[in-house]
Amino acid sequence: MKMFSKVLSLAMAAALTAGALAGCGGAQNTAKEADKSSAASGAEVIKLGGIGPLTGPAAIYGNAARVGAEIAVDEINKKGGVQFELKYEDDENDAEKAVNAYNKLKDWGMQVSLGCVTTKPCIAVASETNSDRMFALTPSASSTDVINNVDNVFQMCFTDPNQGIASAEYIKSQNLGTKIGIIYNNSDAYSTGIYNKFITEAEKQGLEVVSTQTFTDDSANDFSSQLNAIKAANADLLYLPIYYTPASLILAQADKMQYAPKFFGVDGMDGILTLENFDKSLAEGVMLLTPFVADASDDLTKNFVTEYQKRQGEVPNQFAADAYDCVFAIYNAIEKGEIKPGMSAKDTCEKLISVFTSADFKFDGLTGESVTWSASGEVSKKPKGMVIQNGVYVGMD
Amino acid sequence: MNLLTNLINGIGLGSVYAIIALGYTMVYGIAKMLNFAHGDVIMVGAYMCFCATTYLNLPVPAAILIAMVVCTVLGVLIEGLAYKPLRRAGSLAVLITAIGVSYFLQNMALLIWGSAPKTFTSVVPFGAVSLFGGELIISWETIITVLANIVIMIGLALFTKMSRTGKAMRAVSEDKDAAELMGINVNKTISITFAIGSALAAIAGVLLCSSYPVLMPTTGSMPGIKAFTAAVFGGIGSIPGAMLGGLLLGIIEIFAKSYISTQLSDAIVFGVLIVVLLVKPTGLLGKKIAEKV
Repeated sequence: MKMFSKVLSLAMAAALTAGALAGCGGAQNTAKEADKSSAASGAEVIKLGGIGPLTGPAAIYGNAARVGAEIAVDEINKKGGVQFELKYEDDENDAEKAVNAYNKLKDWGMQVSLGCVTTKPCIAVASETNSDRMFALTPSASSTDVINNVDNVFQMCFTDPNQGIASAEYIKSQNLGTKIGIIYNNSDAYSTGIYNKFITEAEKQGLEVVSTQTFTDDSANDFSSQLNAIKAANADLLYLPIYYTPASLILAQADKMQYAPKFFGVDGMDGILTLENFDKSLAEGVMLLTPFVADASDDLTKNFVTEYQKRQGEVPNQFAADAYDCVFAIYNAIEKGEIKPGMSAKDTCEKLISVFTSADFKFDGLTGESVTWSASGEVSKKPKGMVIQNGVYVGMD
Repeated sequence: MNLLTNLINGIGLGSVYAIIALGYTMVYGIAKMLNFAHGDVIMVGAYMCFCATTYLNLPVPAAILIAMVVCTVLGVLIEGLAYKPLRRAGSLAVLITAIGVSYFLQNMALLIWGSAPKTFTSVVPFGAVSLFGGELIISWETIITVLANIVIMIGLALFTKMSRTGKAMRAVSEDKDAAELMGINVNKTISITFAIGSALAAIAGVLLCSSYPVLMPTTGSMPGIKAFTAAVFGGIGSIPGAMLGGLLLGIIEIFAKSYISTQLSDAIVFGVLIVVLLVKPTGLLGKKIAEKV
């Protein structure tokens, strides 16, 4: 009996390990596919490495960024000239896995890094890139912690404080609400960062914040008491500087308690429409601040949206657009700085830093025109307001 | 009115904890083991119901039935493969195995259904009851969950009191060796306990996701831990205790959030648990039994 139980427990342990390994396998497959679709044919290529959650709860962001970057790389390679090779690694939105992914990409020969897609992993990878002197331009990791104290990391998206300030300004200038309720995730750096700036800017703008409620990652199920307090405070606009998964629960629960304020989100809200089986009517009228409007009529946006739809069967979100812009910004900078394939990552890094921070480097892309960067790595561009109508994003102005 | 709304919200949250706690307490009461994989069986049940309604377009009762059958089989399999061989081993070995099974189920779900969250369509097709001209709103999910709790509680109490198998279960829970001497098949009895516990988990999963409609592989873990707390709070092993513990936990959580601080609510919930256990170590309705540790 004892022998038998030992054998069985061994078998269970083996099964567990198999499960864990199988998990890794799945991630690798996705990464491999990513690799295949955008490998350039030439031998002399500049190797771009990206890290993002290709699986896990934040997978929508990672995969959108990956496909956006792939489209950009394919377009650049078609032009002739400088050739790119892109490889994306999965970090499951986990800092430790992101550092592993970064080391893997370094072994592969990455010359320029696209950083990480999400904030927490990007903070970890940013310090690694700094000690390695590897240039990094992240599409969407928006915390200032990503660029603080490192001179080689740049952002394509707004910083969190910027989003908070821009939200307050936008709400005021468009007269969207006078009594504001807020629900934010106080266990999350992204959410807290936006909230802190929003609250100071709202005061400056003369907006009245009537109720501030919080939740944590562990209590992201029940929002009834938060919504109840906000409803009791008569808020006419609910500001949600959070990711779309808890936001979808808030929308559902507010609907159930027949509370319908205006909802205003930030870029984390982007993705709510691609949530499987989500009742899109719940998101009707939800507004969000994002630098990219998929229904814009310029050729650049139109071509990108058509190509993305061909590949993914859905309208691209701003993460895809940010990653697309990242690749093109790096491409422009490489041309300008006359960087050659095979140049060491260190030399590439120093050159790219001087190009990105030079006064005459201006970038026009999907997410903004005349985009510039400060020496700290922060981007300067104008946000656009979007509203969800009939299940699609529509520009507000 | 605000107080009443918070109370209703608390009962809504508490009823979900209670229905999960019933499964915990039932298995603990009879097999004397903490089945930490219970929360993940709940998750599997919810996924089964989701797949049946969304992909196969089956009617809700059929979907719930499928979820129950799959969870029952899963529960019996887990018990047979992971826990049965450890019947004579120390309680620590079983506990660690249960945690292992929990991770195993989460990773399997990750492989099968992927990690992107899915939105669960509520199995309750009605909206909410609106009282006092919209001042007080009670969702049908809450009403159905409370009713399900009461039905399950009474059903379990009758089953363990009246039926032959139920009597065998009580005998096993009192003393395994003596029960075996009296001709009771201990292994079979424990298997049946797991089967019932897992079928209840399927119902709990469906109701949990109807109230909070986001479904991912980790959906069951946090409610599972809270429900375990509820079971301990009410007196683990006691069926009415699980229901009382669950409801109280939900109400305390919502009141702490509403009247004290949303940031401190979890600290307050677990603080109350500690105080209760200090005053009454067996929980609110727990029986005093001399345990050999």
